[in-house]
Amino acid sequence: MGRKLRIRLNGDAHELAGPLTVTELLVRLEIDPRRVAVEHNLVVLKREFFDRTTVREGDELEIVNFVGGG
Amino acid sequence: MDLFTIADKTFSSRLIVGTGKYSSPAVMVQAHEASGAEMITVAVRRVNISDRTKESLLDYIDASKYVLLPNTAGCYTADEAVRTARLGREAGLSNWVKLEVIGDERTLFPDNEQLLEATRVLVREGFVVLPYTTDDPVVCRKLEDAGAAAIMPLGAPIGSGLGIQNVNNLRIIREFARVPLIVDAGVGTSSDASLAMELGADAVLMNTAIAGAQDPIGMAEAMKLAVRAGRLAYLSGRIPRKLYANASSPVEGLVGR
Repeated sequence: MGRKLRIRLNGDAHELAGPLTVTELLVRLEIDPRRVAVEHNLVVLKREFFDRTTVREGDELEIVNFVGGG
Repeated sequence: MDLFTIADKTFSSRLIVGTGKYSSPAVMVQAHEASGAEMITVAVRRVNISDRTKESLLDYIDASKYVLLPNTAGCYTADEAVRTARLGREAGLSNWVKLEVIGDERTLFPDNEQLLEATRVLVREGFVVLPYTTDDPVVCRKLEDAGAAAIMPLGAPIGSGLGIQNVNNLRIIREFARVPLIVDAGVGTSSDASLAMELGADAVLMNTAIAGAQDPIGMAEAMKLAVRAGRLAYLSGRIPRKLYANASSPVEGLVGR
């Protein structure tokens, strides 16, 4: 295992073992990648980039999904 | 068939419904069914990281049956709305967005300046933008000029159930609008939906009027019929209003005269 990464995830501080890709992060959080969208440092990632995008120290991530609304 | 087209999609239903505020997913699914709607709105929110037990809304929505329309509800600036729209596009793999930029917490009235700015940005990025706006003909024209795929003036504040408050503004907007006119928000009951359609709206969008009814499934069917009735009345041409009576039965041949 590598060192601990400190990131902001959905507005909250998180520490996790890294380095890791966005796909690995979603797996660790038990989130189905087909049901969410991810913004990485203010850039929305296409799903095909989840595998190739590395989460680094200080990164800001937003993971969103659809909920009920009008 | 009386079809209705926005951008590249054609619909036979002129009722668009939401997914918020239902007492249970099962009731929502049945209400959607009863409404006959083909397009449904959804909101984009952060995934709850600490509690992953909650089911996803998409578990209950048959994406082959409905066009999903992500909204930017709750956004107060053009930047937030654009960010949310981009996330919604990736989550739903569709470039359609119901664009909301709110300007006031109590009324949830749109901030039309920010709305116009967000519309311009998203149109440039290839979105099909359906902006929720006030029933202001000047703003509606500006949104149309900015490339909106439809204009969606409110009938009354979101969730208020007050019904169509400014019939005359909607009539004026109807006169010039070249893109579909969708009355979004304010409907309380079926007659409000009929009225919107009688004024010439191409469609009506609602959430609370159905989800908040005592029987959402019954109300969904009422709305389906009301939208259809209002549309037929609009196409059929109502009679002019007259101050005095005009007898329906012959005035000749009366007994005893």
